Amino acid sequence: MKYLNAEQVTKRMDGRIAKNNILKVLFLLATLFGLIVLAILIYRVVVDSIGWIDWNFLTGRQSTDAERAGIMGALLGTLWMMLVVAPVTLILGIGTAIYLELYAKKGRLQSIIQTNIANLAGVPSIVYGILGLTIFVRAMEMGNIILAGGLTLSLLILPIVIVAAQEAIRAVPGFLSEASYGMGATKWQTIKNVILPAALPGMLTGAILALSRAIGETAPLTVIGIPALIIPFPEGIFDKFTALPMQIYYWTIDSSLVAEYANLAAGTIIVLLILLFVLNSAAIFIRNKFQQRF
Amino acid sequence: MSLLTVKENIGMVNNSNTDMASLVQANKNIVFDTKDLNLWYGETHALKDINLKINEKEVTAIIGPSGCGKSTYLKTLNRMVELVPTVRTTGEITYKGQSILDKSFKVENLRTRVGMVFQKPNPFPKSIYDNIAYGPRIHGIRNKKILDEIVEKSLRGAYIWDEVKDRLKENAYGLSGGQQQRLCIARTLAIEPDVILMDEPTSALDPKSTLKIEDLVQELKKDYSIIIVTHNMQQAARISDRTAFFLNGEVVEFDVTDTIFTKPTDNRTEDYISGRFG
Repeated sequence: MKYLNAEQVTKRMDGRIAKNNILKVLFLLATLFGLIVLAILIYRVVVDSIGWIDWNFLTGRQSTDAERAGIMGALLGTLWMMLVVAPVTLILGIGTAIYLELYAKKGRLQSIIQTNIANLAGVPSIVYGILGLTIFVRAMEMGNIILAGGLTLSLLILPIVIVAAQEAIRAVPGFLSEASYGMGATKWQTIKNVILPAALPGMLTGAILALSRAIGETAPLTVIGIPALIIPFPEGIFDKFTALPMQIYYWTIDSSLVAEYANLAAGTIIVLLILLFVLNSAAIFIRNKFQQRF
Repeated sequence: MSLLTVKENIGMVNNSNTDMASLVQANKNIVFDTKDLNLWYGETHALKDINLKINEKEVTAIIGPSGCGKSTYLKTLNRMVELVPTVRTTGEITYKGQSILDKSFKVENLRTRVGMVFQKPNPFPKSIYDNIAYGPRIHGIRNKKILDEIVEKSLRGAYIWDEVKDRLKENAYGLSGGQQQRLCIARTLAIEPDVILMDEPTSALDPKSTLKIEDLVQELKKDYSIIIVTHNMQQAARISDRTAFFLNGEVVEFDVTDTIFTKPTDNRTEDYISGRFG
């Protein structure tokens, strides 16, 4: 006796196929929703910024006069801050990942640390701003200088860098480290010669993507009191500064006073987007170029 | 030559409290002496009261069905088994008279004397040259000329020199599976060990490559003591001098290979080698 009735199966066939097609359209719409909103956003920004991005805009000083205003100060501030964030997060992030993955005994303490790192990655960025304000700006009396801003953003992206680095280490096949241990290598020799070279592309990719998140962060900088005043170009990490997202923020707010500020904000957004695009391309390049086959 | 000096120095450090000469004399031909070895992975009792004496410059095969503990035993001989965090052992293994399970015996020393070839060929994603030079380098050899000599000698030792001499700078993953495994054997030879442990070295290879490795093992036993774990009973019969049959974590029978395969004393051995289970 057959359990499947051929007649019934044929009768239900059309309904099943229709359902399949409807769902396909629904998922396509879900994809399009994000894409279309993003496209509109970029279109608006590009239209608003047309005619505003020129050499004077890129290299000029901050000014209340929209025609003369430039973003060099904010651009330099952002770049200097990245010079703080990149080494701090790379060294602390990769160091932490190596300890947790390769040295720490798997146990309660390790799992508590691990859970907390995962949770820290979800803490709102403004909370890190308050932390940075309390520790770096006030307790350590740095004031709102580049170093303070950079360390605050480092704290913010450190959990992401750690988790990415841990995943990169975990992706290194065990048979490679076994081969090294099997020849009498110590743990550090194995880490240095086998695990790190294999994991580094993944680590760097994660770190660069985290860095590009830090570049766009505004909330923590607002909290530690970064101004958008007319101040001299920063020349080192101990100078006061402003950054690209701050510049966008203030110009957007003040566009109710001076309409052209909206165009300046749009121009700054384009510059920031290009910076992010370059960073993300670098991440993809590193991943493809240095990935090892095994 | 300087590699030898390094190894002698390592030896000196370890023998400070033992009268090496007399011990070696007493166990002249025994390289590994295992006494009442028990091993647990967490709660699982994986090796039970193992007693085995393994001779120098012979091929010792370890056979048995999956999960019988044969790989575990092999990895205990160079303490690779300790990479599993929950492992616990009791009993004693001596290597040329020295107790190796003792924590005071540094694993790095042990693994310099007891090399290992793994089931799946596992070259590093580096050049052929750097793969072979890896061991000597981690043991402190920096001299380019000495490294060159070690690389050539090791590759010749594993009968792969002629195939790779023109492409030493190429990535090892460009080689075929069988060549990769011989490269891994050459890499082990480069640390100038006394013993080579082989954990099913041909199970991932085609018959032709397998044959090459088997021939190589016959050549290597002139200079090295070889312990090989294999699923392939014909292979054990072809290449080994002695065979140990493991079952459920115990040594059922250990004897000259001919005896094991022609007139085993234990019924379970006979059942296994005649293909009734496993």
